[in-house]
Parts: sequence; C-alpha cells; structure tokens
Amino acid sequence: METATGEETAASVGTAISVEDLSCGYDRRPVLKDLAFDLHQGEMLGVIGPNGSGKSTLIRALTRILPLSRGRILLYGAPLQDYTVREIARQVAVIPQLTPVTFAFSSLDVVMMGRTPHLKRFRREGPEDREIALEAMRRTDCLAFRDRPIHELSGGERQRVIIARALAQQPSILLLDEPTSFLDLNHQVEIFDLLRHVCARDGLAVLCVSHDLNLSSEYCHRLMMLKEGRIYTDGPPEHILTQGHIKAVFETDVTVIKSPYSGSPQIILKPGD
Amino acid sequence: MTMKRPLILVLTAAILFAACVFSMGVGAVYIPAGAVLQVLADNLWPSGALETAKTATDTIVWEIRLPRTLLAVLIGAALASSGGVMQGFFQNPMADPYIMGISAGAALGATVAVTLDLEFWMLGLNAVSIAAFLCGLAVTMVVYAFSRRGGRVASTTLLLTGIAIGAMATSFTSYMLVMGGENQRQLLFWLMGSLSARRWDHVWMLLPYAAVGLAVVLVYARELNVLLLGDEQASQLGVHVERVKLVLLTAAACLAAAAVSVSGIIGFVGLLAPHMVRLIVGPDYRILTPMAALAGALLLVLADLVARTAMAPAEMPIGILTTLLGAPFFLYLLHRQRRV
Repeated sequence: METATGEETAASVGTAISVEDLSCGYDRRPVLKDLAFDLHQGEMLGVIGPNGSGKSTLIRALTRILPLSRGRILLYGAPLQDYTVREIARQVAVIPQLTPVTFAFSSLDVVMMGRTPHLKRFRREGPEDREIALEAMRRTDCLAFRDRPIHELSGGERQRVIIARALAQQPSILLLDEPTSFLDLNHQVEIFDLLRHVCARDGLAVLCVSHDLNLSSEYCHRLMMLKEGRIYTDGPPEHILTQGHIKAVFETDVTVIKSPYSGSPQIILKPGD
Repeated sequence: MTMKRPLILVLTAAILFAACVFSMGVGAVYIPAGAVLQVLADNLWPSGALETAKTATDTIVWEIRLPRTLLAVLIGAALASSGGVMQGFFQNPMADPYIMGISAGAALGATVAVTLDLEFWMLGLNAVSIAAFLCGLAVTMVVYAFSRRGGRVASTTLLLTGIAIGAMATSFTSYMLVMGGENQRQLLFWLMGSLSARRWDHVWMLLPYAAVGLAVVLVYARELNVLLLGDEQASQLGVHVERVKLVLLTAAACLAAAAVSVSGIIGFVGLLAPHMVRLIVGPDYRILTPMAALAGALLLVLADLVARTAMAPAEMPIGILTTLLGAPFFLYLLHRQRRV
C-alpha cells in the first residue's frame, strides 16, 4: 500500500482518470466543452468555478450518468463505456451533496450498501463485508451511531456515514460533489481533514467539486478552475487563486493572502461601495 | 437485529397457520381445530384405510374451505409484496396496486375477456387472467411514465394519475357491466372483489405467478434497498438501475394482476400490510418483503373470515371490507405526509 505523501504520489504513480476532449450537456445545451485533464493516484484535485460552470455535470459525466457528446473518459487506461456499472462502482465511489433518506435505515445498513458492487446476485453479505463496513465507520469516526437511523443524524454525522459507505466500496477513486455545502464550519474542516487523510493513507485519487475556494485551496494539491464549461486554468493552488483569475472567472474583486497556518493562498472578499 | 429476523418470520408464519386453521373451522358447519388438522393430515399423508370413508367434514375442509383459505393467503401475500415493492420503487409511501389503478386496469382486462367470451389458454393461464395481467401491466407503465419527472416521482402526480387511470378503467368496466346481459353477475365480481366459490383450480392458476413474482422481488431485495437512495446513487453503487427497475415493476404488476385475475379488486392490502410491517422490522426489504407477504396473507385470511361470517348466510364481498379498513389508514398517511 502506498503511504507516500500526496505531492510525491501525484508525480510518481499512474493516472487514474484521463479526460480527453470531453463535451457533454443536457438535451442540446452543452454544459462542458473541450475538457482535457488527468487525475492521478494519490492526488486531491479541487474543481472550482461559479454556479453553472459545469462542476456537478463533470461528476455526472465521470460516473456515466450523463452520456458524452464528444471525447472520451479513460478509467485506468480503458474507455469508461467498456466497464459495467458494477465494475465502475468497484473503482469509483461518489459522495453526493445530500443523500435523500425517505426510509429509516440504520447507519450500518447504509454503509453496508457500499458493498453492493462486490456482492454476487445470490450471495449475502458475509462477515468480511461487515468487517469492511465497520472498519470504514471506524475510520470516519461514526461507529458510535452505527445503529441509529440515518435520518436522525445531524448533517455532519450523516455525511461521515456516507463517506464510510464510499470507503466500504473499497474504491481507488473518490468523487465528491460539494460534500460540505450543507455543513457547519466545524464539520467542513472535519470532513476535509478526513478526506486528506484517506487520500494520503490509501493513495486514493480524489476529485472534489466545491464552491468554497478557501477550503479547496487549503486541502487540494491542485485546483482546476472552470468558466462557462471550459477549463480556465489548472495547477497548484498558489498559481490558480490569484486576484486576476478570480476577477476574470467570478467577476469579484478579492485580495489573496497566505494562510498563517499552512501558507496556502486564501482569498479575502472586497466589499462593494 | 440479524439474529432476531428468522424468529420474527417463524412466529408470524405460525400465527398465520393458526389463523388459517381457525378460519377453516368457522362457517355454516363448525369444525373444531383438531378435526381440521386431522383432515389436512389424512389428505396430505393418505393411509389406505381412510381412503374409502370420505366424510362430510373431509369434503367441507378439503374441497371448500382449504382452497379458499389458500387463495386468501396467496392473494394477500401477492398484493402486499406488490405494494411494498411499489412503495420502494416510487420512493413513495402511498404507492399500492389499488390506489395506482393497477387493480382497476386488471379488472378491466378481465371484464373485456369475459364480455368478448375469449377462450384460450396460455402458459397455464386462461384468457381472463392473461387479459387482466396485460391490462394491469399497461396501467402500471402508463402511471409510471406520467408521474416521473426528473428521476423522481412526486406523490401528488402519482396519486392523481393513478386515480384518473383507475377511474377510467372502472368506468369502462361499469359500462360493460350495464351492457353485459347475462354476464352481469360474473362481471360485478371483478369490481367488488370476492373469494366466494373459489376452488382448487383457482389456487393452481395463481400459485405459479405468485411464487415466481415473490421469488423475483425477494432476490432483488438488496437492489430495492439501494434504490431508496435515488437512481443516481444506486447507479453509483453499481446497480444497473434501468434493468432492475424493469424487472421489479414487471414482477410487482404481475403479482397484483395475477391476484386480481382470480379474486377481482381487493383494495388497500398492498398499503396496509407493508406499513404495519415496516413499523416492526424497519425498512430493509430483505426482511420487509417476506414479512409483508405474511402479514398480507394474515390480513386477508382474517378479512375473509369476517366476510363469510358477519352476515351469514349472506356473504360480504371482501373488497368492501379491506377498503373500509384501508381507506382511513390511507387518509392518515396523507395527513402525516402533509405535516412533514
């Protein structure tokens, strides 16, 4: 198992996802245009951009929910269409913004659902599946409420359960769609600490869509800024979060300072007149 | 929790068995439970000596009351598991084959077949059952297509579509009833729902469809659980959503339509049974489906008992009884949903 730090693995280990010349959208309206980028093993890539820039559409394209109108996506070198949904789910786990809970499953039940892509039709979950699920809950610190119904949990607790479910899939790639947008500040930090930890420890490739520029800058190795469905700029946070880029993409005046804790670029909003 | 599951199932099955034996004893001629069990044992494990002496008790239990009770079991199980599956499938607690017009559609199919005097057999089903099944399935597809918006099924659209399609089917059925001439009595049966004069033929007709339908929904219980998270998340967890939905919807429609084709419309069983069970065992379909089937069977055996005895020697159509029970419960669900 890779235990190297993110910076090293991003450079040394293979490509998890390779997006080539991708365009896609809804009906006739293209949302993403001519996207090309690689996601590396052990790398945490933050996708940022204003609303409507195509951030969430990217996640749907990467999980094959949305068909491509042009280009292709390679998962470990093979076109995504050549995989079955089960095979994809064994490699790629998705953490959504919000999980609807209309029926009262326990947290453990929900995490066990992460084992779905590994189970054969007539086979029940065995003790090893249960062990994997419990281990995932241990790592996201939600063992304490394993028997509580998920709809009774707070937003932060529920999201930790969902991350445990993603880990129970034993994926090599994590895709996150605004994972903290409904959470309080303390839970946002908690969730990102956790993500950074699993990314480094298991060498996972992580792609995280977020509208929170400062969080993304703090935690991601690399940022990709989208504007109107195209990649505006892509690189390490200190090259991406600049006054000029933010003015051009978000049409907002900001000052960029260095975090006193980590040195990562952080933006300060300039109020209007 | 996992340890308790088999126990709950066995316990419910035992209660169901006891209810069946009791129900078979009650009627114009009262037969004590011991005698009922004796008849069952004699017929299941015949010992040459008894072959010759077929008593009246034997005939009543084996030829009349047993097939009727078995039908109540099968129909209750079929309607309840069908309703339970639909509630998960549509992510909507109000879904039920009766409310969604599937039963009405199936009844219309049956009426058409009777009126046109269609007579053929296919796969062990007669024309009436096939027509009931096809119309039930067609209504299911129409209701599904109409009420789906952006991957979710909204309660109001689902209910209104079901009501509209169901009303349309019922009015066609009523029209044929009025024009029906000598078939009138037979046609009325489909609208009211009844188990009167049902014999072994009907049991054999329903059994394979109930068994296969139930087996399918049990095998897909895990996928059904995951579908509760929504199509997108289910797909991201490796479930082939479109395929699974097609299989489940067909199985649920098949269960409901097969039940209607032998008993006519018996409403609300698919709503009552799964909800009662959900309160006890929770939302996991791996336990919910078999428990709902058992509870639905129990519900219908008891309802049939009341239907047969409450106004004896006259008989109350069982559909009237289940609707009297189910409609207030439906209102309660509606009230609760509006509050949330």
